Amino acid sequence: MTALRERWHSASSAIGRRVDGLPKSARITGLLAFIAFLYVLPNKWFYEYLNIPGLWIPLYTTRNDMAAVLFYCAWIVLLSLGLNVVVGYAGLLDLGFFGFFAVGAYTVALLTSPESKLITQYNWLESPWPWLVTVPIAIALALLSGVLLGAPTLRLRGDYLAIVTLGFAEMIRIIAKNQDWIFNGDRGIPQVGHPPGKYADGTAIFQFEFKPYYWLLLTVIIIAVFLIRNLANSRVGRAWVAIREDEDAAELMGVPTFRFKLWAFAIGAAVGGLSGSLWAGQANFVNSSTFSLENSILVLAAVLLGGAGSIGGAILGGFLVIYIPEWLRSVGDVFGLPETATVFGNDFDVSPTSLRYFIFGILLIIVMIFRPQGLWPNRRRAAELKDRQKEVAVVE
Amino acid sequence: MDFAELVRGFPELTTTGLVQGAIYALIALGYTLVYGVLRLINFAHSEVFMIGTFGAIWTWAAFGLDSNSGAPSVGRALLLIALAIVAAALLSGSVALLIEVTAYRPLRRRNAPPLAFLITAIGASYALMELMGTLTQRRQVGSPALLPSDTLFSIGGWSITPVQMLTLSVAIVMMVGLDWFVNRTRFGKGIRAVAQDANTAALMGVNKSRVIALVFVLGGLMAGVAAVFSDMKSGNTRYNIGFLLGLKAFSAAVLGGIGNLRGAAIGGVLLGLVENYGSALFGSQWRDLIAFVVLIVLLMFRPTGLLGESLGRARA
Repeated sequence: MTALRERWHSASSAIGRRVDGLPKSARITGLLAFIAFLYVLPNKWFYEYLNIPGLWIPLYTTRNDMAAVLFYCAWIVLLSLGLNVVVGYAGLLDLGFFGFFAVGAYTVALLTSPESKLITQYNWLESPWPWLVTVPIAIALALLSGVLLGAPTLRLRGDYLAIVTLGFAEMIRIIAKNQDWIFNGDRGIPQVGHPPGKYADGTAIFQFEFKPYYWLLLTVIIIAVFLIRNLANSRVGRAWVAIREDEDAAELMGVPTFRFKLWAFAIGAAVGGLSGSLWAGQANFVNSSTFSLENSILVLAAVLLGGAGSIGGAILGGFLVIYIPEWLRSVGDVFGLPETATVFGNDFDVSPTSLRYFIFGILLIIVMIFRPQGLWPNRRRAAELKDRQKEVAVVE
Repeated sequence: MDFAELVRGFPELTTTGLVQGAIYALIALGYTLVYGVLRLINFAHSEVFMIGTFGAIWTWAAFGLDSNSGAPSVGRALLLIALAIVAAALLSGSVALLIEVTAYRPLRRRNAPPLAFLITAIGASYALMELMGTLTQRRQVGSPALLPSDTLFSIGGWSITPVQMLTLSVAIVMMVGLDWFVNRTRFGKGIRAVAQDANTAALMGVNKSRVIALVFVLGGLMAGVAAVFSDMKSGNTRYNIGFLLGLKAFSAAVLGGIGNLRGAAIGGVLLGLVENYGSALFGSQWRDLIAFVVLIVLLMFRPTGLLGESLGRARA
């Protein structure tokens, strides 16, 4: 077992060295090719092309539109990029990330829907606003709510911050669920606006089809990655790392820790709001059920599964937490697995569709046991953790 | 704001609040024990409780009782409840131990970062919840009515039903017993020593692994007892019942000061009462909101909860 792991480690680091050793032009070409691959991914013909006997990769999902799966993947990827700034860079445990998502989604829904009570009941708006105009407002409001929540709570540390953020997200959800004033309770807000854009023949690009939304999200993700990467390599990013590693030491060295923590929180919140506004545009309907705590936890799992503090990790983790359960839905069809089992005369639904989160949970445990630092960790963090492993307590 | 409702219903709100609070408190003890020793939020504890609710119902089913059968005689009912408590506590305790051995111990061996534990906890939680969902076909499972639902006795306007009486007395016995165990026995001394300084305790000859396993089992036992009373109180259970109750119990533990046993008990009871009074005042749809508002407001003024964190730092 250990030998196997050693071999795997040396092989994976050898691949890493090979990639690092490549000339920059080759690396950029590879990256561009990969991005192009991501853009063509939702096209079904692409798989038919891959579907050569003997070289058959059961990657696509038969029970769900591939474009839809990819859209949800991209959606969680964007969220985990935002949460990665909070949890991975600044080391603040935020369990209520969907609270900010809700702020973004509701802002867009209230301003763009003709059914919004702002128009039908209170006459604050003459007519619904176009989607594009409301996105900056949604981001700004999410950022503001991040600052408002962060200012009093970021003085709390560690696990107390976790419970306060969790409480905040639950409060937003319960208020949205029960309050008829503008949120419309459980009935939600229908007819949310779509992003603009028309095909040559005049039909709108962004309707209910997932594919254009996936492309839009992918583009937003690429921009977000670029911005977050630059931020992480700047003075701000170094301050975050210092805070994560030792907050007291950072404060003594002159890092204004509170201000930088607030920045991380607000930037994470803004990305959450952006994701919410994109999601609302696709879903066309917003109510409180999307903002459940389970989703916040899923995004956190994505960040830590990928490796906290690493952009690649956040992307990989966000992709996997949606893709694995969705793929498990169809894996039964691919391999012809049984749907039900009879035990003591009782029928149980044992199809991978029904057991997918069970399998996913077990997978999470296994991955974390073998790679506690995450699948694709930040290099500096991985080195620190390797150091930690040597300091295993004397007695166990 | 319906003060009339609050005043009129005050006695009943207080008793039901105390009963709900006792259930919260018993679950909260599990969170607080583990946190006190390992500084770890055991997110899978809610599923330990959930499994306990099924353990009790399966025990009753083994004696041919389901949600449609009539109430048995009082003596038989009490015996059945005692059996269910033992069965549920054992089941929950073993599930808690299983979680510790499979999801946490391997990570501790590798000295993994604290957040990795959070992910294995989430993984264990998903796995247990979905497993039970599959086993029960995701249906609600009813529990038999064992005790009569009429009033046991009443003093002034205050009345109490047999289920409420039993819940409160057993919960008090369990909590006092746990407090005695942790503060007065050799095992308890080991727990407190590891909570104070794990490595030094290990050097002094305390078996750290065994103490940690013991802490998980103790928390599981408490959750199992809470599960039986939750079944009897609400009359049914579901594979996802643990989520909200676990969240509330965790809030209760933080409210009292996480890592502090007496704090968890007080936090649980307080949360049960405040929720009840609050939902009478503002309407029952705001019940869940009240818990979080109280928690956040309290943390603003007392950042370490009502009684402060202490399992190890208490009297040695």
